Amino acid sequence: MNFQLTKEQEFVRKMVREFAVNEVEPLAADVDAEHRFPTETVEKMARYGLMGIPFPKEYGGAGSDHISYAIAVEELSRVCATTGVIVSAHTSLCCWPIFNYGTEEQKAKYLPDLLAGKTLGAFGLTEPNAGTDASGQQTKAVDMGDHWLLNGSKVFITNGGYADVFVVMAMTDKSKGNHGISAFIVEKGFPGFSIGKTEDKLGICGSSTTELIFEDCVVPKENLLGEVGKGFKVAMSTLDGGRIGIASQALGIAQGALDVTVDYMKARKQFGRSISKFQALQFEMADLKTRIEASRLLVYSAANKKDKHLPYGPDAAMAKLFAAETAMHVTTKCVQFHGGYGYTKDYPVERMMRDAKITEIYEGTSEVQKMVIAGALFK
Amino acid sequence: MRIIVCAKQVPDTSEVKIDPVKHTIIREGVPSILNPDDANALEEALKIKDQYPDTVISVVTMGPPQAKDMLIECLAMGADEGVLLSDRAVGGSDTWATSNALSAAIKKMGHYDLIFAGRQAIDGDTAQVGPQIAEKLNLPQVTYVTEFAIDDNMKDITVKRSLEDGYEEIKIQTPCMLTAIKELNAPRYMSVSGIVHACSSEADIKVWNAKDVEVDLDTVGLDASPTNVYRSFTPAPKGKGIIIEADGVKEQAKELLINLKSKHVI
Repeated sequence: MNFQLTKEQEFVRKMVREFAVNEVEPLAADVDAEHRFPTETVEKMARYGLMGIPFPKEYGGAGSDHISYAIAVEELSRVCATTGVIVSAHTSLCCWPIFNYGTEEQKAKYLPDLLAGKTLGAFGLTEPNAGTDASGQQTKAVDMGDHWLLNGSKVFITNGGYADVFVVMAMTDKSKGNHGISAFIVEKGFPGFSIGKTEDKLGICGSSTTELIFEDCVVPKENLLGEVGKGFKVAMSTLDGGRIGIASQALGIAQGALDVTVDYMKARKQFGRSISKFQALQFEMADLKTRIEASRLLVYSAANKKDKHLPYGPDAAMAKLFAAETAMHVTTKCVQFHGGYGYTKDYPVERMMRDAKITEIYEGTSEVQKMVIAGALFK
Repeated sequence: MRIIVCAKQVPDTSEVKIDPVKHTIIREGVPSILNPDDANALEEALKIKDQYPDTVISVVTMGPPQAKDMLIECLAMGADEGVLLSDRAVGGSDTWATSNALSAAIKKMGHYDLIFAGRQAIDGDTAQVGPQIAEKLNLPQVTYVTEFAIDDNMKDITVKRSLEDGYEEIKIQTPCMLTAIKELNAPRYMSVSGIVHACSSEADIKVWNAKDVEVDLDTVGLDASPTNVYRSFTPAPKGKGIIIEADGVKEQAKELLINLKSKHVI
């Protein structure tokens, strides 16, 4: 058993930390306040290889691993959860299924630009009436002989308004239930495909969360991803990996809140001394730190299993469940320790608290994670 | 074109502490970083490589074995090769002895067109090693470079040199030695693919000892160094200043006089 990061992983942390502190943190409050997607940050991240971390160089990736990817999402989210999820959704939910299920032609066509960050990726599974019960897909894909025709809509799609490539699930045979779902690669600009409403959210306000609308959308035959009827498997395995990304985001949010709170508590004086001198608060902070370290081990362990091609679904679910609940708990406490100032937008902890909530919801709610964990337990 | 960049791994001295007994910098618990001015030197070399991709950049440093991490960082930013001169025989060298050792290493590295160094390292702050290397290699040099341009002939260079009260514009030809200041550019970050390469077995990082670079051992190391550090100390922090706010210069002067008198200065 080896708990040491490799030199490569340590350097990735150093690099992303420097990048995040210099390029991402200064924008975080404005991105949140203005609900602005940080396009300029995405361009910079592309330049440094952050949009294709765990993929081989032959497809244009950086050639690193999923622990480095987890570290990158963590470090970005430490200062800006919006930026963290842009990378996570792009990498785990779009690049990975194309890499894992795509034909050589699909990989050659889409991966170089995606992994270089020239194009941005998104993933469409959730529908107005198919959330946790993803099998209730109402978006239909009909085989028209020389193309597929998609009709329906998706909601809550991360990166929706800015993505170029979408991995989309649609029902090809309703009578077969889960086995009637197929996956497709849809490009922005395909006839009949448009972006609908942009959501106004509690947190991750800079992230573009939109509706996708398919009205007789023409998808080329060769854009079927994987086999007909295997879309549910594509979606579920993609979400297993995505949970490592969201767990990393939650971990980063929690760490970021803890770090700013340590600084605040040292500086803030009440009753003639720094509030960091009060043991009641010290003990609370010790508890938060412990939970964060436990989350980190779960997250890196799940990423390590993915890198080693070991089964990791329940591990990713446990990592996301625990890290997300930790992020919510830690940020709520950190707002408390900031007192009245923590409730204002002059300090970043209220944003972190709002951002933390989504990690308990998207890419499977905490309840879904428990279903996955229990499912493996009572298999 | 081959560019050699001289770099140094230094303690991150944003909060420097000095051992009150030994008068040396306390290094424990202080992370080591690529010296900031050297990062500017490397960035300028990388910008040349961006424009002329067949440019080869070699980074040379002298230091303990862990200075290899700094070379990994340089390769991860885009340098092609790193050379670490590491030997107990060169330990404790002052600037004169250091430039002897580095000049020998550079001679060993073979042909070069340009040597770029940072103005000075943040630990010693001498700004001497770069110019001394230029002298020992018999190269023309320009220090405090704040703007740099090279002609397509890869020979003619125009630089702007920062002075205390202005600038000099200087034309110089390769081979030459330049030292960079932070105003020259904004160093790039490492890239993820660069890190993967720099940490792999394919990374071209050589570790040489004093014998490898054929330096006269009587000219390197602590004993050969003519500089003796008499004393190092942390200067006592200055008292907090005050800003006198009053309407007009006369009022301000009056306030100042009252202040000085009340403190019995005048």
